[in-house]
Amino acid sequence: MSAQPSLLKYSRFKPWEPLLWLLAFLAPVLTPSHALIINEIAIVALFAVSLDLILGYAGIVSLGHAAFFGIGGYAAALFAKLVMPDPLAGLAVGICVATLLGFFCSFTIMRGSDLTRLMVTLGVALILLELANKLDWLTGGADGLQGVVIGPLLGRFEFDLSGRTAAYYSLTVLLLLFLLLRRVVHSPFGATLQAIRDNRLRAMAIGIPVTSRLAVIYTLAAGVAGAAGALMTQTTGFASLDLFEFHRSADVMLILVIGGAGWLYGGVLGAIVFKLMQDALSSITPQYWTFWIGLFLVVLVLVGRERLIRPWTWFARAGKA
Amino acid sequence: MDLVRTSRQGMNTPPMMSSDAGNVLSAQGLVMRFGGITATNNVTLNLKRGARHALIGPNGAGKTTLINLLTGVLQPTEGRIVLEGHDITGLAPHLRVQRGMVRTFQINQLFDSLTPLQTLALTVSQHLGIGTKWWQPLGRDTSVTARCERLLAQFHLTEVMNQPTRVLAYGKRRLLEIAIALACEPRVLLLDEPVAGVPAGEREELLQTVAALPADVSVLLIEHDMDLVFSFANFMTVLVNGSLLTEGPPEQIANDPRVKAVYLGQGEEAQHG
Repeated sequence: MSAQPSLLKYSRFKPWEPLLWLLAFLAPVLTPSHALIINEIAIVALFAVSLDLILGYAGIVSLGHAAFFGIGGYAAALFAKLVMPDPLAGLAVGICVATLLGFFCSFTIMRGSDLTRLMVTLGVALILLELANKLDWLTGGADGLQGVVIGPLLGRFEFDLSGRTAAYYSLTVLLLLFLLLRRVVHSPFGATLQAIRDNRLRAMAIGIPVTSRLAVIYTLAAGVAGAAGALMTQTTGFASLDLFEFHRSADVMLILVIGGAGWLYGGVLGAIVFKLMQDALSSITPQYWTFWIGLFLVVLVLVGRERLIRPWTWFARAGKA
Repeated sequence: MDLVRTSRQGMNTPPMMSSDAGNVLSAQGLVMRFGGITATNNVTLNLKRGARHALIGPNGAGKTTLINLLTGVLQPTEGRIVLEGHDITGLAPHLRVQRGMVRTFQINQLFDSLTPLQTLALTVSQHLGIGTKWWQPLGRDTSVTARCERLLAQFHLTEVMNQPTRVLAYGKRRLLEIAIALACEPRVLLLDEPVAGVPAGEREELLQTVAALPADVSVLLIEHDMDLVFSFANFMTVLVNGSLLTEGPPEQIANDPRVKAVYLGQGEEAQHG
């Protein structure tokens, strides 16, 4: 076997990939009543994919990724309220503002250990949360930003209560950004990120400019998270402090753990599992559904994802496994 | 034998006419203090073009500190480092690599989740200046893959090229460690104990690859294994307690009573090699 085909097989599309996307795009038609949750899954999936870029590929841990989700969301909502209601322009603004914030924040995650990064990212999200709370003349503070009206998509498709336009809007943005990022992670650039994740000392010793690579990917991930946030406020017509809350950063980390970090699809699959579980469980026990999510998480981590999805291996003798 | 021929070649490399008097790498009066401890004490070391230069000394002599100073992992308290006529004392580690000075590590520093092929492909890509290309897949460039194939064959890694690095046998990991450095096409190569810990059965492969390094690459070898040192080096520097004890051609070092005293005083060391 020669080198080129062996390398190119990593980036080739697997047969199940188009199938998955086809299914995703058929879903709002097949189950119109679930369009709203499909929209939500697409948004959370995009948010998780953005975390995967920094956590799964570059090895940067973050407990404050909601900072970029929130700033993108608020920027898009404020743009719609104060400037113009066009959703695509708002999306672009949300992405730009989050990208800018990501660039500045990238300087805070270069030094120190994983623990310092957890604290710094958490801190940034808390700062933004309180800023959004305090600047109530602009953001509406704790009441949230009211009166956000989003115009029709491409001047034609109204965001209606059924959520179908919203679902297709979010799915399309997710697909386009996903394809772009899929290219990025399979490129030489993406490979140097994985090298940094695996061994920063050696990455430096083969001439990789570690700091600038991390700055680029952190900035890019922030922009993608901002897009997810913008989709959220645009499709709900509402921005609240909840966008910045700690539970968002934690949930998205959880989603990535469920789906698996470092292969992009982990964010998508994790989002599907997490949101469907949340939906099903909260309809059974509205108050205590996090108990079951917690239990699932503990079992998943202790048993391992590989074994969990292969029930036939559960009772195999330890010696054979 | 191959080893001998390579070292002769090194000695016979053409006369040193360049502006920096034939020194491709020159460390001048390096001092490194950690608090009250002086790990490197006024060390001056010149690496000639095409040299096979060995740096020896008992444990704690400051060999690895010196490598860290040369590669920029540490900043010297005093002194300066000149690479091919340019002062690189304050240059960041990755920029020194881009100028052609590459090191290997005493303890393997590999990319465990990647395969040897991916590792080499990304290293070669980075070296060829396409490490920032984000729109095409790794390995699309045939110049990269052709070079990877040569390296894999040269380092006996072809049959394991698609296995994750973390599952490789120690000898293979050691080979990959050196292959990564060679993938950067160094002009100056710093080898930090290349055969350390390699089991006897896998040793020969490694020794061959070290002996077969291109003659125009200037090599600074840190090694405890005296067989390897004397078969490989055409010049030696002895470091003791952070200071330069002596330097010269291997015959001279082998007969130097002070060197003998240092190593006899540490009889066990010398036996371990």
